[in-house]
Amino acid sequence: MNGIPISHILFVSTALFFIGMYGMFTRRNMITMLMAIELILNSVNINFVVFNKYLWPGKMDGIFFTIFIITIAAAEAAVAIAIIINLYRSHKSIDVEDAAEMKY
Amino acid sequence: MNYSSYIALIPLLPLAGFVLLGLFGKKYFKTFSGTIGIFLLLASTVLALYTAYQYFFINGKVNDVYQSIIPVKYTWLQFSSGTSIDMGIILDPISVMMMVVVTFVSLMVHIFSLGYMKSEERFGTYYSFLSLFTFSMLGLVVASNIFQIYIFWELVGVSSYLLIGFYYDRPSAVAASKKAFVVTRFADLGFLIGILILAFEGGTLDFNTLIQRLTDTQSSQFISITTASFLGVSVLTWALTLVFIGGAGKSAMFPLHIWLPDAMEGPTPVSALIHAATMVVAGVYLVARLFPVFSINESSLHIVTWVGMFSALLAAIIACTQTDIKRVLAFSTMSQIGYMMFALGVAHKNGETGLGYTASMFHLFTHAFFKSLLFLCAGAIIHLVHSNEMQDMGGLRKFMPVTHLTFLIACLAIAGIPPFAGFFSKEEILLATYHANKIVYVIALFTSGLTAFYMFRLYFSIFWNKPKELHGHPHEGTFSMKFPLIILATGTMVAGFIPFGHYVSSDGKILETPFHLNFSIAPVLFALTGILLALWMYKKESNRPHRVASALGGLYHSAYKKFYMDEIYLFITKKIIFNLVGRPANWIDKNIVDGTMNGIAYSTAKISGWIKGIQSGKVQGYALYFFSGIILLVIVVLYLWK
Repeated sequence: MNGIPISHILFVSTALFFIGMYGMFTRRNMITMLMAIELILNSVNINFVVFNKYLWPGKMDGIFFTIFIITIAAAEAAVAIAIIINLYRSHKSIDVEDAAEMKY
Repeated sequence: MNYSSYIALIPLLPLAGFVLLGLFGKKYFKTFSGTIGIFLLLASTVLALYTAYQYFFINGKVNDVYQSIIPVKYTWLQFSSGTSIDMGIILDPISVMMMVVVTFVSLMVHIFSLGYMKSEERFGTYYSFLSLFTFSMLGLVVASNIFQIYIFWELVGVSSYLLIGFYYDRPSAVAASKKAFVVTRFADLGFLIGILILAFEGGTLDFNTLIQRLTDTQSSQFISITTASFLGVSVLTWALTLVFIGGAGKSAMFPLHIWLPDAMEGPTPVSALIHAATMVVAGVYLVARLFPVFSINESSLHIVTWVGMFSALLAAIIACTQTDIKRVLAFSTMSQIGYMMFALGVAHKNGETGLGYTASMFHLFTHAFFKSLLFLCAGAIIHLVHSNEMQDMGGLRKFMPVTHLTFLIACLAIAGIPPFAGFFSKEEILLATYHANKIVYVIALFTSGLTAFYMFRLYFSIFWNKPKELHGHPHEGTFSMKFPLIILATGTMVAGFIPFGHYVSSDGKILETPFHLNFSIAPVLFALTGILLALWMYKKESNRPHRVASALGGLYHSAYKKFYMDEIYLFITKKIIFNLVGRPANWIDKNIVDGTMNGIAYSTAKISGWIKGIQSGKVQGYALYFFSGIILLVIVVLYLWK
């Protein structure tokens, strides 16, 4: 593991982030958008872990943050899916374009 | 001093009548609200007479000088240690005299209205308004504080407004009441400013203190008010002139007289009340009340004299041409009030020179009798004929003997024929002007001839001339309508013999007013000429009035049109004030004030129209904004934040 330079891992996490970003802006299905958001979160997690490992090997702060984020992401996924289910019940669709009533 | 507070009942009883009849008259006392009003007023008349007896014959004098006594006083608003608005009662010769006149004439009007207003729907309301009117005038008369007089002054204005506009379903009555209110209110503005100046310079609102300070040439207040000047005229003159403007508005002096003829729209007994005892004499009373201050200021006295003089003459000329009997009487009132004013104007403070003051008050006193009599007679005539116009009348002496006789007495009195009341008071006025100012004397003499002419023109046209067709069954009216006429006619016959100078004089001392036979020849001759002229023109139906009118041409026509005063006012208000002030103000309001507001609202709406597009309801759009915000922050932090 030591042979892999940090830039490679950062490249993966950046790629993951922008894939998530792309998914979030292009998909209309809310489940897919939720998945894209999970990708973004995970790219951040990778960053935390990598910086912790490479820059301050004796400390654990980055890893704790990652665990926090995973926990919160789990809760967030539960809330998001609840919202999606409710949206489906009221709109008979989980297309984000169909739920555009909240405007001026 | 055993004046107790019963004097306060004199104004308070009519107030009670107003409250009682105003609140419950329509519901509970529909038929006998008149009786209630009469009894309350009767009680206050009796009290007023008793007070007058007490004051004039028992305890009003100290060392042969009538004192000014304040039996009731209640501080209402205290501004500073010296300045307060009090509600009080002042007793001095003029207030006691006025109290008697107001209650007595008002009582007669109340009784007369019982028959005259019998069939009115708003009978109770009418009596409650009459009570309010009487209350306000009594409050004005007894006021011990200049601000109290102002409060009651406005109350008089309000009650006259209510009564003139009593027939509120007639547009002309509504317009007339509005006109009376606006014109007098306009004049009251002057009065208020005058009061404020006097109070500011005198440091008090109390009449006695004010008069004492402003007449004492050593006092600091006197020195400051006479030395300070504005536009080259001393502040004292300004203050008195402004106060006089208020008085002129209420007393219908030129040029604020325009409301008076229109005020004839009210019920006729109300006109009697307005013209004889209340409202119009308020201005004269005000000048008389402040007379000690007026008398030390020559220029304001001159204004009083000339305005009074001019009004007397102008009104007399107009009265000769009017055809509505109530309007003739209205202008005759204006003329007589003019007499009272210039009599005050030529008077001075002490002794013989104070004759004008006594004469003015005497004329006010006698005028109250014969003018209320004339108006009540006119009411009886209108009740019979159902018209105000002279050409609808004629030969009425057969139908209404009592009215005929009493009207004749009143005409003789106002024309100044001995031995009726008007002769004595008018002669005193003429005597006072003769000693003071010869020009005024000549005009006054001429005016008294005109007075005799127009009054007898009225008399002959109504009661003689050619009888006109009358519908139905003409009858003179109930006893309650005749009774006041008889009482007032008696008053008119005897009032002149009262030695008035013994009771009312400018300095409180007894003023002997001897009768000068030689002097009275000229006025009586003038009056007789006027009467004979009227007899020649109007006794029988002929074309003489028409011939005279066309011979006078333009003068007759312009007098008939009341010298175009109304038109001048309309021109000033409509053409000048409206076009030069009203229209630009309207333009500024519409374009600049409204424009600013509309512009702000318009641009706000426009901007929000642009901005609101951002809130599209599309979640991904929001995410994009969020993301671009982050990008922006990153750029700022990385590259710009050094």
